[in-house]
Amino acid sequence: MNAEAAHTFNRDQAIRIEQQITLRYRFAAGAHATRFFTALRDEGKILATRDAAGNVMVPPRPVCGLSGLPMTEWVEVGPNGVLAGCTIVYVPFIDPMTGTQRPVPYGFGLVRFDGADTAIYHLLDATDPEQIGVGKRVQAVFKPPAERTGSLADIRHFKILD
Amino acid sequence: MSAPVRAAIVATGQTDHGRRFDTSMAEIAREAIDRCLESRGLHLDDIDAVVAGNMEMFEGIYLVDQLFVGALGALGKPLYKLNTGGTVGASTALACYHLVASGRHRRVLGVGFQKQSEGSTQAAITTVGDPIWERAVMAGAIGNFAAMASTYIADSGVTPEQAAKVAVKARRNACLNPHAHLKMPDITVEEVLASEMLAYPIHRLDMCPASDGACAIVMAADQEAGKLADRPAWVHAVATAHDQQYMGDSPKRLAVMRSLQAASRKAYALAGIEDPLRDFDVAEVYEPATYAELAMCENLQFCAMGQGGRLIDDGVTFLDGQLPVNPSGGVLSTNPVGATAMIRVAEAAMQVMGEAGAHQVPDVSRALATGYGGNAWTDVMILSAERPR
Repeated sequence: MNAEAAHTFNRDQAIRIEQQITLRYRFAAGAHATRFFTALRDEGKILATRDAAGNVMVPPRPVCGLSGLPMTEWVEVGPNGVLAGCTIVYVPFIDPMTGTQRPVPYGFGLVRFDGADTAIYHLLDATDPEQIGVGKRVQAVFKPPAERTGSLADIRHFKILD
Repeated sequence: MSAPVRAAIVATGQTDHGRRFDTSMAEIAREAIDRCLESRGLHLDDIDAVVAGNMEMFEGIYLVDQLFVGALGALGKPLYKLNTGGTVGASTALACYHLVASGRHRRVLGVGFQKQSEGSTQAAITTVGDPIWERAVMAGAIGNFAAMASTYIADSGVTPEQAAKVAVKARRNACLNPHAHLKMPDITVEEVLASEMLAYPIHRLDMCPASDGACAIVMAADQEAGKLADRPAWVHAVATAHDQQYMGDSPKRLAVMRSLQAASRKAYALAGIEDPLRDFDVAEVYEPATYAELAMCENLQFCAMGQGGRLIDDGVTFLDGQLPVNPSGGVLSTNPVGATAMIRVAEAAMQVMGEAGAHQVPDVSRALATGYGGNAWTDVMILSAERPR
């Protein structure tokens, strides 16, 4: 075959092959997350792990990345906290948990629970940039006990208190 | 341990980045490889080993090193595939350096490639998140950068106008770069601020595009480098650093970039950089969003912390400024993820070699390149026209 001819064609006539791949996963949450989600589901409590240097971390974990020390102690933190970062999302986005588009606009931010040194991403009950801001106080709003399944979604969202 | 072999980048090659429906993944990788090798009259027989960088979830092909072994020119040779997220192109260049510096290989080909048009970018980026703790509430790269920008604004007081100036600089510089994807010669600050709000405070024109493209480099050992290029880009320092694992572990991650600080300080010490603003002639940094470039300039010590806005107001990082940042147009103009961080390295090398064409900065002696990605993972490479002592 003529090498030149293999490269010469009208770009509008380029062929594209469509495929859709659906993969199913089942992730073991592990010992630390299981304890956290069990307390969240059954008692509405937020648990964190602490090391001997005093670092308190959510999500709970076996080792502190900062000190290198084991995180052997469990402490309760929250359910109130402070916004360490925040945004209102307008761009249409496929929710990986459902495969469908999440309604926009929605609020989203980094929440540092009272008593913890790290933050977690979660949803905010805000749809306007005027309602949010770094440093604002927030409160975890839990799903009713009967609706909780043992996941981070057992916290419905965070309510802005300020 | 014996001293590392001195190594230099002697050749680079890039595709015409953009929406490339006319090429397959293998073809786009090969386009960059051919341009790289042909620029120095090299042949695949001259290459001892190949390192390939690609972020597999974008196209959903998980063994590109096997499928594209022929296209990558690696048949019968050592071929290493890397995926380190956004940094992958820089990590690939660093791996090429380590393979040469170790004395194992004399001429190593590095190639980074990605076709973002073939998959779902934001969904792919969500798979970077921890399935237990992060995915349920993630909003892809855009929401992540928006939340990070809010922390940076709170700390530095940087304004939307100052961020928009970064977008203007990038898209105008891109007009001088024949490989760039987004070229907007007439872009204005007002146009950036009027563009669609994706996630507050990030407008569409504050964010990088999704591109198809590839980049290749040849890293050569001391005794080879001078024969292959008139003015090799010698590697004076490489460094890598990570932050903690979860997105929220470093709540000020854009204002205070711990991994960028750690990696750059280590590289500066290795290369004898005392005052980065004075000692570098050009920098190619991995800025996926406008606010990120300003924060990175602070964390790289181009200015004092909190002064990133002033730096762009003063024009310091413009093409004709004291320290041009991203004369290529940067990530804001071209982002084929698996290639993006290698493009930073290649562009820095082109500047040192005096081969950057219309976006060449005059008299470049020392250049900085960075790669950034994942949950704040940073690669740094310092290149110089002077052979290391």
